Amino acid sequence: MLDDLGALPLFAGLDDAQRRVIGTVALDVHFAAGRRMLVDGQETRAWWLIRSGSVALDTTVPGRGVVTVQTLGAGDVLGWSWFVPAQRWRFGAVTLEPVRALELDGARLRAVCDADPSLGYRLTQGLLEAAVHGLHSTRARLLDLYAQPPDGRRAP
Amino acid sequence: MLPVAYRVVERAAQTRDSATLRLQPDRAPLRRGRPGQFYMLYARGIGEVPISISGIEDDGSLAFTIRDVGAVSRSLHSTRLGALVGVRGPFGIGWDTSSVIGHDLVIVAGGLGLAPLRPLVLELLGRRGDFGVITVIVGARGPSEFLFRDELAAWAAGGDLRVELTVDQPAADWGGPVGFVTDPLARLVLDPATTTAFLCGPEPMMRFCADLLLRDGLPAARVQLSLERNMQCGVGVCGHCQLGPLLVCRDGPVVTYATAGDLVGVREL
Amino acid sequence: MRGRRGDGPVVLDVIGLDGLLTALRTDGYRVIGPTVRDDAIVLEEIDSVDRLPAGWGVDARPGHYRLRRRADAAMFAHSAGAHSWKQFLHPPRQRLFTEDGAGYQPADDDYPRLAFFGVHGCDLAAIARLRTVLGGTAAFARRADGLFVVAVACTEPGDVCFCASAGTGPAPGTGYDVTLTELAGPDDHWFLAEAGSDAGTRALAAVPSRRAATAAETEQAHTAVVDAATRMGRRLPPGDLRDLLHDSRESPRWDDVAQRCLTCGNCTMVCPTCFCTSTEDVTDLTGARAERAERWASCFELDFSFLHGGSVRRSSASRYRQWMTHKLATWHDQFGSSGCVGCGRCIAWCPVGIDITAEAAALAREHAGDA
Repeated sequence: MLDDLGALPLFAGLDDAQRRVIGTVALDVHFAAGRRMLVDGQETRAWWLIRSGSVALDTTVPGRGVVTVQTLGAGDVLGWSWFVPAQRWRFGAVTLEPVRALELDGARLRAVCDADPSLGYRLTQGLLEAAVHGLHSTRARLLDLYAQPPDGRRAP
Repeated sequence: MLPVAYRVVERAAQTRDSATLRLQPDRAPLRRGRPGQFYMLYARGIGEVPISISGIEDDGSLAFTIRDVGAVSRSLHSTRLGALVGVRGPFGIGWDTSSVIGHDLVIVAGGLGLAPLRPLVLELLGRRGDFGVITVIVGARGPSEFLFRDELAAWAAGGDLRVELTVDQPAADWGGPVGFVTDPLARLVLDPATTTAFLCGPEPMMRFCADLLLRDGLPAARVQLSLERNMQCGVGVCGHCQLGPLLVCRDGPVVTYATAGDLVGVREL
Repeated sequence: MRGRRGDGPVVLDVIGLDGLLTALRTDGYRVIGPTVRDDAIVLEEIDSVDRLPAGWGVDARPGHYRLRRRADAAMFAHSAGAHSWKQFLHPPRQRLFTEDGAGYQPADDDYPRLAFFGVHGCDLAAIARLRTVLGGTAAFARRADGLFVVAVACTEPGDVCFCASAGTGPAPGTGYDVTLTELAGPDDHWFLAEAGSDAGTRALAAVPSRRAATAAETEQAHTAVVDAATRMGRRLPPGDLRDLLHDSRESPRWDDVAQRCLTCGNCTMVCPTCFCTSTEDVTDLTGARAERAERWASCFELDFSFLHGGSVRRSSASRYRQWMTHKLATWHDQFGSSGCVGCGRCIAWCPVGIDITAEAAALAREHAGDA
């Protein structure tokens, strides 16, 4: 598992000893397709680093049903809200195909970071980088770049 | 330069506001364009617009995918079978496939950007052995907005390409990936030393993709993109298509990010 | 300026000058030259030197142009008129083709042989700039290839002139058939004339009243031109303007100009090198006949850069930046030289008196301050 963790960009900034510590709160897990991994509003417990497969983030909109907001795949973090104690998940998540993931216990990982701030800081840097990428992606979608120009702005 | 008459011999609706027209010369043909080049299409009495080739057939016919966004494109988009269209070209610099032998290729198409990339993909498929892994990422606004849907499915099933579709806005009947094209792009494991990328779509989309590829270590000279600007002559004399030092009709539309990188992000350039 | 061919410099008096003009007309040229009309000096077809603006000078300043009476009878001692020679080589509107169901017909135009009479150094350079940009198009080539150019050296720079720092004057560069230096005083009025081509040699040879210039006369004329270079009212800042404009892309100076610039486009119309055009496609009422024309366009037009539902360059700051950067900098990338010839027209004809040399100097100071 140590080599495995080293290969993941999220843990690239950690040294071997720190990765070993992470390994103590991490588990290799598999989910079949169609399995709900997160329920919107539920207390956070574990979060995942997806190794393969794809997961749909969703939420329920009255009248529109359950809407997929984004899909995640290999290398993506599933679940940010564990970072703050006593948070609840915003959005749900369901697997679209069989998923292999690294599952991390939120509370135990927070304790590990409290005990070793250097590990905590480097892990946070990795998480922040992943979160920023997600933020940029979302902002790009907000631009609605493929949309038709509005009626009053058609070409002459 | 006078337009040459071409006849619409086939019209395939693509999405609610775009269609692909296949044109054949009414008499003498123009020179066959290369993937990435464009022609000026003339809607009689209304105007002329630059449209990239979206298909080059052996029989000399040319395909153009037209989205209805204005008076000229509306006319072209709704041209009936058998009608004549005025054509000038080919113009511009197309996709460079000469210096990428042996490379892994990443092609990212956003929205209508798939049209200028389609002839590139077909050319690559025709010389499949010359290249390593070819990945085609296609983004669209929603599931009903993909161009060349049947062909994308055939490419995916064919085994020669990896095809990843993704939508900005999901619909109830879409069980596929949801997210901006940079999401599947970020998940690719690339060897920057032997990878070349071809990008086509809205300029911010190409910028975001290029930045990601550069962050992954690709040299800017190996990221090709297709630029777009207001064009009225196609031959570098009307002045409309300037982007800083470039005349897009003459120095593009295909350029590398080494050339365009510090131009495309500048406000109102 | 030594004639490259023929017999060396000759002296013409005013009658001799008319002889040159007449010789050109006899040879079938339509002679275009400066003349007074509507309180300005414009360029029109002229049939004798009587039409030239003898004794008229101009008071050209930023945002200001007036004729003024001179003490002498000089015919070419003026500058910065609203007309430039580009309108004859690259007309404000020209039809390109018609289509009437029987195919596309190129527009029939007549292309008379033109002789430009009185082209200052700046304007001669401007013609060369246009040739570089447009020389590949059939219509321009037909107008420009048969051109006969009588250039005139400047001995009295105008207030808005900066040809010396633009490298285009006051002595005309290459590209003339005949070049003149006018010396007009209270007692005499003569021209030093030198040929720059075989056609020029032949044209001068056809003037009966010409006589060889003495060494002193040649010296006097040349010295007057050399001196003029030291009396320019303005200049472009020294250094590489291409790099300067490139580095100034995000300068706050553009917003400063934008407070003043009306984006009226006067500068682009009077500029002798601005070449941008837009196409117009029309049909007659029945739709049976379609026609395309091209007309002068300006990068200051709001929809010049229209794309995807809006213009790329919406703000006046971005449009002024485009014009000035193209003129002084990116023209080098596109066409291998500066686009500015230092004629000063844009300064005189800007309604708010924006001065391209002052703007360049401001950018240079700002850049030097950063460095």
